[in-house]
Amino acid sequence: MVSEAQVWDWLSEVPDPEIPVISVTDLGIVRDVTVEGETVVVTVTPTYSGCPATSVINFEIEKALRDKGVADVRLERQLDPPWTTDWLKPEAREKLRAYGIAPPIDGTRAEGVVEGRIKRLTGAALVVPCPHCGSEDTQKVSQFGSTPCKAAYQCRSCLEPFDYFKCI
Amino acid sequence: MEAVVDLDAALFEGLCRLGDSTLVLGHRVSEWCGHAPVLEEDIALANMALDLIGQTQLWLGLAGEVEGKGRDADALAFRRDVWEFRNLLLVERPNGDFGQTLMRQFLFDAWHQPMLKALEGSNDARIAEIAAKAGREVAYHLERSADLVIRLGDGTEESHKRMQTALDKLWPYTGEMLTSDETDRALAEAGIMAAPDSIRPTWESLVGEVLDEATLTAPEGAYLHKGGKQGTHSEHLGHMLATMQWLQRAYPDATW
Repeated sequence: MVSEAQVWDWLSEVPDPEIPVISVTDLGIVRDVTVEGETVVVTVTPTYSGCPATSVINFEIEKALRDKGVADVRLERQLDPPWTTDWLKPEAREKLRAYGIAPPIDGTRAEGVVEGRIKRLTGAALVVPCPHCGSEDTQKVSQFGSTPCKAAYQCRSCLEPFDYFKCI
Repeated sequence: MEAVVDLDAALFEGLCRLGDSTLVLGHRVSEWCGHAPVLEEDIALANMALDLIGQTQLWLGLAGEVEGKGRDADALAFRRDVWEFRNLLLVERPNGDFGQTLMRQFLFDAWHQPMLKALEGSNDARIAEIAAKAGREVAYHLERSADLVIRLGDGTEESHKRMQTALDKLWPYTGEMLTSDETDRALAEAGIMAAPDSIRPTWESLVGEVLDEATLTAPEGAYLHKGGKQGTHSEHLGHMLATMQWLQRAYPDATW
């Protein structure tokens, strides 16, 4: 019988299929691990409801555990509380930056709030430093980048385009 | 006993109204894939379509569960005919030009976001958790569509004209999402869902504010179309479903 700590350890080596430099535990989407007799139950929360990586992630988790000799794996989906980029581990943020993706800036989640909206709705200047050269002279190109979880930005200093991992 | 059965049927209806609206809009928006005016907008549209279709899986998945006849989200999306769809008429309107697509998105987002906020307070935990999840995504949709409506409305003469034309065309389809029928009222009274007319003040003030900023004018006294929520659709939905459902109809249960 395996311990829960051992399973967590194994899962920390399962890469996110879209951003392979970070693991599923770095991303904070593994919400719970329990061992019930011979069965390992892993509770996973989706990042975005339409994220096409969700089924691949489940497959990768199951495969990783089977490769370690766990015969009986059960995956459960948990929606509540909804996933937030606040759960990204600090070291994962550094890995993202090194990979060329600007990590989320905490506390800047879109609220879609109803009062004093225009400024918020039109995305009042959020400074996202360039992950390549560190310059703060960057501009948003689009609210949605290569995946729903990212926005497209461009650096005005080094001129490189880059993805920004949006706060959610 | 009678009342309980009715409420379950109303809940199935209510969930189809939400899930069919996100499905039909998601499909419409996905029609832009590879055709948008610039690459960034193409990608943004595809991403929003993905969010909406992901939300559809949650809403229609729950609808199937509530119905209890073994239909999952796919069965509901691909095996029902046009009169069984409960989406708002607004979302089945054809894409038109980019301006019309954006205006439709904004008018919907301005309803969708406060509706999800209200549904977070549902006494049915399954509804509250889907609403909380979807709400975070939709907040970004609303930011984007409001931003673009303002930029294009208050843009060039040509972009202003196109946005005003889009608004005039789509406005008559907005009343439906802000009006409650018997099903809506039964669900609201039971604390399960929010009544569409309770969203109206928020929608009106948000839309008014954005249109002002965009230098656009909502038409006055327009006739309001309704019926989508009860299954009476325009001719456009059938054509869309013919494309969307083709594979499952030609090859039921196809896998690859």
